Amino acid sequence: MIATGWTLRRTGSLVERNALIYRRSLTPVLSSIVEPVLYLLSIGIGVGALVGKVAGVDVRYAAYVAPGILATTAMNAAFNQTCFAVFTRMKTDHSYDAIVPTPLSVADIALGEVLSAVISGLFASIGFVLVMLVLGLVVSPDILLAIPGTLLVGYAFAAGGLAVTTYMRDFSDFQFTQLVMLPMFLFATTFYPLTVYPHWLRPLIEILPLYQCIEILREPALGIFHWDILVAVIYLAVFGSLALALATRRLSRQLLA
Amino acid sequence: MSDRLLVEARGLTKTYPARNGTPPFHAVKGIDFELARGEAFGFLGPNGAGKSSTMRMLAAISPVSSGSLSVLGLDPAGDGPEIRARIGVVPQDDCLDRELTVRENLYVYGRYFGLKKQMINERIVGLLAFAQLEEKADAQVEMLSGGMRRRLTIARSLINEPEILLLDEPTTGLDPQARHVLWERLYRLKHDGVTLIITTHYMDEAEQLCDRLVVMDGGKIVAVGSPRELIETNITREVLELRFPVNAHAQIGERIRDAALGERTEVLPDRVAVYADDGEEALAQVHAMSLEPITALVRRATLEDVFLKLTGRSLID
Repeated sequence: MIATGWTLRRTGSLVERNALIYRRSLTPVLSSIVEPVLYLLSIGIGVGALVGKVAGVDVRYAAYVAPGILATTAMNAAFNQTCFAVFTRMKTDHSYDAIVPTPLSVADIALGEVLSAVISGLFASIGFVLVMLVLGLVVSPDILLAIPGTLLVGYAFAAGGLAVTTYMRDFSDFQFTQLVMLPMFLFATTFYPLTVYPHWLRPLIEILPLYQCIEILREPALGIFHWDILVAVIYLAVFGSLALALATRRLSRQLLA
Repeated sequence: MSDRLLVEARGLTKTYPARNGTPPFHAVKGIDFELARGEAFGFLGPNGAGKSSTMRMLAAISPVSSGSLSVLGLDPAGDGPEIRARIGVVPQDDCLDRELTVRENLYVYGRYFGLKKQMINERIVGLLAFAQLEEKADAQVEMLSGGMRRRLTIARSLINEPEILLLDEPTTGLDPQARHVLWERLYRLKHDGVTLIITTHYMDEAEQLCDRLVVMDGGKIVAVGSPRELIETNITREVLELRFPVNAHAQIGERIRDAALGERTEVLPDRVAVYADDGEEALAQVHAMSLEPITALVRRATLEDVFLKLTGRSLID
């Protein structure tokens, strides 16, 4: 029944609302940088002192790991927002009860939340790249291409997070998401290249969305370019769009009963 | 549908489908009503009567299960965004953005309706005055009292200058003073020609605000009319309420019922209500039966009494 079409203006009004809320405090952006910086210091620089160089890449270990952690920074900043923040708006604040009776469609709401999360991911990513710069871990000016790459990372995980949120019954259910997110962070080539795995295992790793995120950020960060980066771009765009479609469908059923 | 009618419902039903073993729930079971421009129209009924489901269908945010509904001459199934652009909704919970200021809440809401910044800022001046929140314009919503939040929620719903304002339980949870302030604000809207649709389970609210109302129970409409008509056609002018010692209550109640004082006697768990056009005379008859009630009160009949008669239950459980 209810038209699910979206318009840029209506979607933009929700992004504007979220921006008004987020500009009140820098804490969320800062806190989404703190954890990755700690990983960068302890594993990138600390463990890196024992590791030396990664085979086939002519940079110090910390510079190799940094783009991987950059990907998880964008991922977590976006994902947490469409998970915890949106879930709070749904279940605790009932924010959408006031928004649904306006001309905004559920598609506008879903896309607006995803875009807000993408913007948060972008700010967190820029912050993290600045930390890399300060630590002397920026090895190629091509890292500027990684910045738009973080938008795609944010899109995939913001949409994925929104879809996940529609399945959550209460806050404790989010524990399950950590069962996926943490192993993915540890094993999706954040800390070492895919070649570490035996051949038979590699396709399983390559399927992980975080692996594809790291692909599109690490290559430009290290000044490398392979055509397979396009595969990653298409993968993330499709992954995000499918997740957004699923989230919109499920939100419609929940908000417009 | 005639041009005069803003809303027309025929055989309107709302059924929530069966889910995980729970049977389908029939929230609204075929209701008819219509609403003219400038009216203040009420849905009176206890929790679970189907009022909120009806409101959600009117606001084009809940699909109609069967029957027909037209709002502003439009079909909620196809013209949802257009209907929503022309109505205002005050949800039961305030659902304000608590992190934002009063002014920002109004601004953000105006943006949802696609209004230009300058126009929103012009309207905010008037709405702050209407909500008596000028002093609090730049205070965070978190800091406001319950009554102030409610007034802000109403002001917010007016940002698009709606033709119909839907208010779901507008004063639930407010203290008596805040309720009266709110009623006075709603009178003003009515006076300014805004069509109001109000759900409430407070009979005094329905009496105060509504020109015309429907009494709902179990998803059906059990009576329609103005508050006065409903009282006149369903009930006597006065009610005599008597209280007796708990152990003798039921037995004395029976005696009074058998004596057929007035038109009707209702033996309630805590009191005996005698419906009579002259309450004092009924009381004199009780005394003549040499009964000594602990308390005796003669009052005018209200919608609460109408509801009790029509459904056999009280409005507030």
